[in-house]
Amino acid sequence: MDKYLNIDHVSIDFPTPNGPFRALDNVNLKIEKGEFVSIIGHSGCGKSTVMNIVGGLYKATEGGVVLEGREVDEPGPDRAIVFQNHSLFPWLSCYQNVELAVKSVFGASRSRKQIRDWVEHNLELVHMSHAMHKMPSEISGGMKQRVGIARALSMEPKVLLMDEPFGALDALTRAHLQDSLMDIQADLNNTVIMITHDVDEAVLLSDKIVMMTNGPAATISEVMEVNLPRPRKRLALTDNPDYNHYRSEVIHFLHERHARKVA
Amino acid sequence: MKDKLIYFLELTGFTWFIPLVRLSAGESPKHQMQELGKMVGVPLFAIAVFLFLWHLGAAKVITSLGQVPGPTQVWEQVNVLVDEHQASREREQAFYERQEQRNAARLEKNPDAEVTIRPYTGKETFFDQILTSLFTVFVGFLLATIIAVPIGIVAGLSDTLYSALNPLIQVFKPVSPLAWLPIVTMVVSALYVTDNPMFEKSFITSALTVTLCSLWPTLINTAVGVSSIDKDLINVARVLRLNYFTTVWKVVIPASIPMIFTGLRISLGIGWMVLIAAEMLAQNPGLGKFVWDEFQNGSSSSLSRIMVAVLTIGIIGFILDRITLSFQKFFSYDKNAVIR
Ligand SMILES: Nc1ncnc2c1ncn2[C@@H]1O[C@H](COP(=O)(O)OP(=O)(O)OP(=O)(O)O)[C@@H](O)[C@H]1O
Ligand SMILES: [Mg+2]
Repeated sequence: MDKYLNIDHVSIDFPTPNGPFRALDNVNLKIEKGEFVSIIGHSGCGKSTVMNIVGGLYKATEGGVVLEGREVDEPGPDRAIVFQNHSLFPWLSCYQNVELAVKSVFGASRSRKQIRDWVEHNLELVHMSHAMHKMPSEISGGMKQRVGIARALSMEPKVLLMDEPFGALDALTRAHLQDSLMDIQADLNNTVIMITHDVDEAVLLSDKIVMMTNGPAATISEVMEVNLPRPRKRLALTDNPDYNHYRSEVIHFLHERHARKVA
Repeated sequence: MKDKLIYFLELTGFTWFIPLVRLSAGESPKHQMQELGKMVGVPLFAIAVFLFLWHLGAAKVITSLGQVPGPTQVWEQVNVLVDEHQASREREQAFYERQEQRNAARLEKNPDAEVTIRPYTGKETFFDQILTSLFTVFVGFLLATIIAVPIGIVAGLSDTLYSALNPLIQVFKPVSPLAWLPIVTMVVSALYVTDNPMFEKSFITSALTVTLCSLWPTLINTAVGVSSIDKDLINVARVLRLNYFTTVWKVVIPASIPMIFTGLRISLGIGWMVLIAAEMLAQNPGLGKFVWDEFQNGSSSSLSRIMVAVLTIGIIGFILDRITLSFQKFFSYDKNAVIR
C-alpha cells in the first residue's frame, strides 16, 4: 500500500571524533494525505533529526523518504519548515519575509497582483494583517511565529513541517496559536508533521501521535491514533474521558516506556 | 520632526547636539543641561587639560630645531598655512588672467592665431596635499573593498576555501607597509609604463600599498560574519531553493552587513595610517610628503608645521571613522544595536 508520505527504514549516523554516532535507527512511518501527526519524545532523542531528513536538510545514512512516489533528496518548498525560533529574516518586514518566499516559489507563474494578494491572504490567515509592515524586531514572539507559519503556508507545501513551533511561547499565546492552527487546518487540510514536548498540544491537534524512544539509535516506539471528533474545542475536551485517556497514555509513555525495547 | 532630527544626529554621530535639540523643543531643561554638560563639558575640559600639559611640557624640551612647539606656535602655523594657501590661489588666478589677457590681445590682432592655456604649476599647498591624501586613501581603500568583500563572502561560505586562504591571510596580515613599499614600487615601475600616464607612479604606489595593508581586516571580518550566519536562515534559503547568487544577495550579505562594516572601519583606519608612511617614502604629494619635506627642511617653524599635520591627520582619521560608522548604522538592519 502506497502512502502519501513514507519514511522508510531511515537510519542516520553523525560523524563525531569518536567515530560515527547513530542518532536514528530504522525509523518507519507512513503518513496519509491531510493527516496531522505529532512527534513526541524526550529531549535529544532525534525528533529534529527526523524532521530535517524529511525536509531534505540532512541525508539519511540508510533508507529514505518518499513523498507522493518521489524520493526526497534535497530541501524544497513542497516541504516547508517552520523553525523553532521563527527564523524570519530580521532585515525584512513581515510582508517582505512572506513575499520573498512567494516570489521564489511562484514568481514565474503569477502576476504581481496575484503575488501581493497571496502574501496578504496568508498573513490574514494567521491574523497578522494589522502588523504586516512591521519589522520582526518590532513584534512579539508569538507574532513572529505566526509570520513564520504564514511564510510556510504561502509555499503551498505538500507537507508542513513544524519543529516545536510554539515551544518558546507562554501558555496563553500558545493556546491562541494552537486554535488558529486548528482553524487553518480545518480550512486547508494540510499534511502536517509537528514536533512537540507538550502532551496537551499533541492530543489536541493530532490525528496520530508518534512516540520516540530515547537515543542514541532512537526509533519509533508507538504510534497512537487520536480519534476525537473535529472541530475540537479546548474547554469541552477537558471533561472528555477519551481525551483524558489519550493524555494519560502519552504521559505514561514518556515516564515509563520511553526506553528502547531490547529485542 | 524632532525625532527625525535626533535620529539623523545619532546616525551621523553628532550626538552632542541631541540635548540642544531636545532643549529647544522644551524638554525638561534641567535634565538636558546635565546631559549637555556630560557630553560637551567633560570632553572640553579634558581638551583644556591636555593643551595646558602640552604647553608646560613643550617648553622643557629643546631640540636642534629649537624648543618643541606648544599650542600657540602650532596655532600660528595653522594661520600661516591658510595664508600660504590663499596666496597661492591668488597667484594661480592671476596667472590664468594674464594668459587670457595675452590670448585676447593676440586674437584681436589676428583672429586665426592659435592660443593655448598653460596649466599652473605652482607648489601644492597644505590643503592641496590633504586632498591628494584623501583621494589616494579613497582609491586604495576602494580597491581593497572590491577585492576583500567578495573573497570574504565566498570564503565564509566554503570551509575548504577558508582553510586554503587562512594561512595566506595570517602571513600577509602583519606585514608592515614599509616592507610592501619597495616591492610595490618595483612592480609598478615595471608594469605601469605609458607615455602619457593618467596618474603619477607615486600615487599608484601609495594607493596600492594602502590596498595591500587594509585588505585583511575586511576580508577576515567578512568571512567570519558570513560563516557565523544563523544556520536556520541559510536553511530557509535552501528550502526556498534560492540559487547561489540570490542566496548571497538576499540572505548572506544583509545578514553579515554589520560584520562587513566593522571590517571596513578597521581597514579604513589602517589604510589612513599606512598612507602617511607610504607617501613619505613614495613621495606622493600628500600629507606624508608634507611631513617628510618639513623634516628635511629643518627650519625653526618645521616642528610646528609637522605638529599641524599630525593633528590634521588625527582629525581626518576621526572624521573618516565617523563617516563609516554612519554608513554602518544606515545599512545595518539592527538599528538598535550599539555600535561604537
Ligand atoms: N549535525 C549533528 N551532528 C552531530 N550530532 C547531531 C547533529 N544533529 C543532531 N545530533 C545528535 O543527534 C541526537 C538527536 O538530536 P535532535 O536535535 O534530533 O534531538 P531532538 O529530539 O530534536 O531534541 P530536542 O527536543 O531537544 O530538540 C542528539 O544526540 C544530537 O546530539
Ligand atoms: Mg529539536
